[in-house]
Amino acid sequence: MSLDLPLIWAGLIAIAVLLYVMLDGFDLGIGILFPFAASPAERDTMMATVAPVWDGNETWLVLGGGGLFAAFPFAYAALLPALYIPIILMLLALILRGVAFEFRLHGRARSKPLWTMAFAGGSLVATLAQGLVLGGFIQGVTLNDGRFAGDAFDWLSPYSLLVAAGLAAGYALIGAAWLIWRTEGELQVRARRWAWIALVAVAVLLAAVSFATLLVHPEVGARWGWTGDRFDLAPLARLSPIPLLGAAGLAIAALGLRRRAQGWPFAGAILMFLSGYLGLAAGFFPFVVPYALTFRQAANADNALSLMLVGVAILLPAIIGYSLWVYWIFRGKVGADAGYH
Amino acid sequence: MHFDALLLSRLQFAFTIAFHIIFPSFTIGLASFLAVLEGLWLATRNEAFKVLYLFWVKIFAISFGMGVVTGVVMSYEIGTNWSVYATLVAPVIGPLLAFEVLAAFFLEASFLGVMLFGWKKVGPRLHFAATCLVALGTLISAFWIISANSWMQDPSGYVRMADGTLRATDWGQVIFSPTFPVRFGHMVLAAYLTTALVVGAASAWRLLKDHEEDESCLALKMAIGMFAIVAPLQLLVGDASGKEVLRVQPAKLAAIEAFWDTRRAEAFHVVAWPDEATETNRWEVAIPKLGSLITAGRVDAEIKGLKDFAPADRPPVAVVFWAFRVMVGLGLGMIGLGAWGAFRVWRGGLPDDRWLLRACVAMGPAGFISVVAGWTVAEVGRQPFVVYGVLRTAEAVSPVTTGEVSVSLIAFMAIYALIFGFGALYILRLMAAGPLAGAEAPVPAMPRPPGYALAAAPVEPEERS
Ligand code: HDD
Ligand code: HEM
Ligand code: HEM
Repeated sequence: MSLDLPLIWAGLIAIAVLLYVMLDGFDLGIGILFPFAASPAERDTMMATVAPVWDGNETWLVLGGGGLFAAFPFAYAALLPALYIPIILMLLALILRGVAFEFRLHGRARSKPLWTMAFAGGSLVATLAQGLVLGGFIQGVTLNDGRFAGDAFDWLSPYSLLVAAGLAAGYALIGAAWLIWRTEGELQVRARRWAWIALVAVAVLLAAVSFATLLVHPEVGARWGWTGDRFDLAPLARLSPIPLLGAAGLAIAALGLRRRAQGWPFAGAILMFLSGYLGLAAGFFPFVVPYALTFRQAANADNALSLMLVGVAILLPAIIGYSLWVYWIFRGKVGADAGYH
Repeated sequence: MHFDALLLSRLQFAFTIAFHIIFPSFTIGLASFLAVLEGLWLATRNEAFKVLYLFWVKIFAISFGMGVVTGVVMSYEIGTNWSVYATLVAPVIGPLLAFEVLAAFFLEASFLGVMLFGWKKVGPRLHFAATCLVALGTLISAFWIISANSWMQDPSGYVRMADGTLRATDWGQVIFSPTFPVRFGHMVLAAYLTTALVVGAASAWRLLKDHEEDESCLALKMAIGMFAIVAPLQLLVGDASGKEVLRVQPAKLAAIEAFWDTRRAEAFHVVAWPDEATETNRWEVAIPKLGSLITAGRVDAEIKGLKDFAPADRPPVAVVFWAFRVMVGLGLGMIGLGAWGAFRVWRGGLPDDRWLLRACVAMGPAGFISVVAGWTVAEVGRQPFVVYGVLRTAEAVSPVTTGEVSVSLIAFMAIYALIFGFGALYILRLMAAGPLAGAEAPVPAMPRPPGYALAAAPVEPEERS
């Protein structure tokens, strides 16, 4: 029996991107919530909850990008030039957000506010840029002979802006839920309020994005049973576990918030992300560049994929193991005294 | 010069990677230095090592952060700006870059958290293990990226398919391509040298202010010991690297030495201004016969000149020639500094030799300059190819517009200038304050929980850290 290497790699890249979105999602969400904190000390605490782990979280983005290059070079080469502007914007914003972790500690009276702004602004812009990348990706890109052949601003549309808004709400929700879990006292109370607002926004925007996606792509619509004027129930029923998972996430998050639970809102938010992600996968599989390139067409040579799979089989379990260990080390409530060393 | 997307992409890539490499060159060495400091502290319980560790780890954190964010840019730029390159060579070097992420980046990034924030959360041994793993991660990262680069300099173990893409036929030859060992050695030594020079400069600066600061004297001795040994080694490895260049990239070697004609007993051009229009050197100061001796090891060796290569296959000569002289000149300076420093350590009186201390301060940035100069030799000298002999840079570029790349290049320059300015300021400020500043200043006392019986009592010193 021989392994279906492209399929395995499609699954691996998909998992890397999902992990990135969930893990760096709460880091970025905390940045988005930064302007609403009551005091600089509160911001210090918010940052301290993620300072030991953000770098590891961001590495999943490197694996997503580097992995796409290594496993599906044709998709990488088609998508990145097409999404040039939002990707560069994301990189620039991630630079500002990333250096802010250290620079905020060392800045004095005058420059510290600059890095507070860089953290908040960098997180928000990086999130919006990721939303634009996602929106542009879903719309699909113009290819000619496998190469990008569209315009520099093809990705910009009301649809991609809607996706960007949805992603920002999602990251804010998961960030607020993370704070509920990891902080206490006044900050936790405030985080609960942020979570409520974000939860409502996510519910509305997720529904809006879902319907808009059906309209943007007739092929996606058809998979979900949307024929252009009415829903065909059979396909919809088959895929219904996905929206139901999202609804369950919403219910868990809402109940968790009402009962002032510590961890449940975070779990609910994660389920909502998972549902959105699976929904996309159901709409596009087996395409890696929607409706232009399948994962098989985009895949790298078999001998490269199999070599890398050996590496993954050895290294990925180790990565997951020590990442979990690091999270375990830094478990528990983070008080105002957390900081260096 | 016509500013099209190709030229702008080259400028952007050169700018972003030259900026990125500044940080790895420092963090690779500093991570190992920190591991040594912590190990020595655990072994000897000499508090000076701990003070030094806690001091340099702060500088490490800032530099590492800048290395990470500028590195993430690199991994996406290969697709945004060099998408044709990406599709053609991914079957060969894709796995190498993937292994860098899997084997190195996760290791560094995860244990960095423990290293910076875990001092009170894990025991000293586990903390030491985290430091060692971060140091190991930086070396693994250098291994894979240099492996990829060495393959691009001298491709081996592949075939070219009908559609133009490449296929690996022998992974051993791809990963350990012929020039890889010397390049990896040269880069790791460069990183250790760079770090030793910075540590030496910062410590010498402190000693110039206060010649009784024992921690700084200790660090300076460690730094001198390092570059006194490594700088001469670097000369040997660099010479070996030059011999490899002669073997696999004769056009680059001719540019490095500004040799125009093919001849025996070629002279060594100490300085010159290579003029591509007339195919001659102006203002040449030359030592007869030495050129053949240095590059090939024999006075009568015949060395190919640039005129043997079609003008379209020659790299830019003046840039390569001068970048090489900057690197080697500084390298020789480092050897001199190492000898002088070693002599002072041996004879005593190190903290009072103010000229030596000043020289150490002046040489602080020399490692960074040499590293960027060395990469310029290697990469500009490889032009007009991106994969030597296989793929021309001009054929590798993405279908992006001049407008997009000019805006992104300006944006990178602006943001990098901002973060470099502040990053350097914070690092220099820490260095000026010295290792004891952070250790002596009382950490702000934590308020006790209100219910605590002794809430009003003064905070005990040991509760403060
Ligand atoms: C010889 C060493 C060396 C060289 C030539 C390069 N790098 Fe680098 N890179 C490192 C050595 C390094 C490092 C020591 O591992 C860094 C520096 C500081 C750090 O945080 O890790 C790093 C960080 C770093 C990161 C962030 C890792 C993280 O998230 O933790 C990425 C994505 C890259 N690099 C990618 C690249 C690419 C695509 C390069 C070439 C085109 C490149 N680097 C050249
Ligand atoms: C970190 C050290 C490095 C430095 C300082 C560096 C520097 C440079 C410079 C200055 C150029 C421009 C040459 C020219 O266009 O005239 C260049 C080109 C290039 N380098 Fe490197 N490089 C480094 C490492 C790497 C590595 C590790 C890779 C890939 C694995 C790489 C891939 C490329 C590519 C694709 C180009 C072609 C684009 C271009 O010509 O600008 N480089 N590099
Ligand atoms: C002392 C005498 C030195 C000699 C003879 C020497 C020689 C060389 C040669 C021939 C190359 C080109 C390799 C190529 O183009 O493929 C090179 C590259 C390089 N050099 Fe040096 N070098 C010396 C010192 C240094 C020093 C002191 C540093 C830094 C501290 C340094 C850092 C580099 C780097 C980073 C590269 C590019 C990577 C590589 O190709 O290995 N070199 N060196």
